[in-house]
Amino acid sequence: MRKNVAIIGGGQTHHAARRHDVNQVELVNEAVRAALADAQMTIDEIDSVLFGNMEFFEGCHMTDCWLVDGSGAYGKPGLKITTGGTVGATIVGAGVHHVASGLFNKALCVGFEKQEEGDTGAILSGVAHPLFGRSLAGAAVGYFAMMATSYMAAWGAKEEHSAMVAVKARQNARKNEYAHLKLDISIQDALNSRMLSYPIRMLDMCPASNGACAMILADEKTARDRCAKPVWIRAMDTAHNEQFELDWRDVTTKKPIFSRVSASRLYRKLGVDDPSKYFDVFEIYEPATWAEMVWYEDLALCRPGDGFKLVENNMTAIDGPIPVNPSGGVLSTNCIGASAMLRIWEAALQIRGDAGGHQVVSKDIRRALATAYGGTNWTVLTALSGTMDD
Amino acid sequence: MNPEHDYGTFESDQRIVAHSRYFAGLMGSYFFVRLRDEQKIVGARCEKCNKVFWPPRSTCGRCFSVLSLENLTEIGPLGTLETFTIVKYREPVHPRKAPFVYGIIKLDGADTSMVHFVDGVDFQKLAPGMRLRPVFANKRNGNILDIDHFEPLDSY
Repeated sequence: MRKNVAIIGGGQTHHAARRHDVNQVELVNEAVRAALADAQMTIDEIDSVLFGNMEFFEGCHMTDCWLVDGSGAYGKPGLKITTGGTVGATIVGAGVHHVASGLFNKALCVGFEKQEEGDTGAILSGVAHPLFGRSLAGAAVGYFAMMATSYMAAWGAKEEHSAMVAVKARQNARKNEYAHLKLDISIQDALNSRMLSYPIRMLDMCPASNGACAMILADEKTARDRCAKPVWIRAMDTAHNEQFELDWRDVTTKKPIFSRVSASRLYRKLGVDDPSKYFDVFEIYEPATWAEMVWYEDLALCRPGDGFKLVENNMTAIDGPIPVNPSGGVLSTNCIGASAMLRIWEAALQIRGDAGGHQVVSKDIRRALATAYGGTNWTVLTALSGTMDD
Repeated sequence: MNPEHDYGTFESDQRIVAHSRYFAGLMGSYFFVRLRDEQKIVGARCEKCNKVFWPPRSTCGRCFSVLSLENLTEIGPLGTLETFTIVKYREPVHPRKAPFVYGIIKLDGADTSMVHFVDGVDFQKLAPGMRLRPVFANKRNGNILDIDHFEPLDSY
């Protein structure tokens, strides 16, 4: 990157299925004020505001304009960004580019979703191809169900492994004061939960949450002058696939698909040999349990087909050797437009040692990797570090 | 391929129906309940900027001050027409059948304006600066159409 960029502050709302007490502006404002307070900064000091959500999930276009009072963007330069599930990370990517280019020194990134207000199922059908897919399309469960069936058939994983991921996420969420689904569930509870679309059960899927996340990015000088614990963005990478190519996920594919291509490029930039050792914690985008196990493999935390064994052996538990989603992840909180930014913010909190109840304490957290999913065919990866040596 | 058959430009019709439910928030809830139950219109005053905003809001966009229920203040009901248009064409998306008048109306005591219908007016006499008053709907359910329309003050 041309110039170094750090996260110098951030904040999030409490996430919940119902936030009848606030409208969209007020929801966004909660996160923005939390981020400004965390960075000990006023809105006047912000040079640019990058803003986004999942397009039309609230049944409202041009949210950047409607919510300008809450985001603090009034009169400031900035962009609206909307890239599906990745949007929170894409906003950060745009912010990083804004600062790395030298155009701005302090960029405020804001992502939100108030899912209860819109018809997300109907709008998701608009993600399907209007000619070849929309007449068949349902909601998001189907894609992951196909992936899960393929995963079990190919690698011999069982529904119990999905249940283990479901339990890990919700037990971690119980340690996170901001999380939505803080469920004290057992593997049996997960296996007994309602079948949505074989083999995906209710507890195998993420909730529909309301919430917002905001982060302030700054150039190196500002970060060093103003922030006691800057978290440096060391690398970002994105990659797309053609949509039909991955209309369902054959988990045995050897094709150079988005997640693996992006990970290998990012690792090359950083000189990573073994990501499971290089990164101390992972915050990954897992709308369904099975997606988490596939991410392990795509990120090369294990060999293809071994993802479920990591869960089986508690390797990715909050106190395991490769902690994944100590926050509870997307499975516990999915306010779409904020979800991918929450992965980055939660990773940053881990590096700062400020994650609170879900802080990983079994090892020093110096480096973290955050992932995002957009639709199911593209990703944004963000590598963070507490130092510039990495 | 049958050369006798027409394989020309094919088109597919699609329709997406989406329902939404919006929460009005702290200030919006107060606005709609007062409009529905008392036929009163409120805005929010930012003391720092000395501005009264319609619709009422929880953050002053200009100075980022937090505004709360204490900042709410009654505005109108009378207002001034700032600009207008007379809609002459019909479209399914229009809320009314043409011809009808859209006005931009600044209520007394407010620094920002609202869009609404202006009825009961001779089109020839429409002019910015015209004084207007709201006519409230008989049946109100907490909607901006609880103000049915505005009409000229002078005709009464």
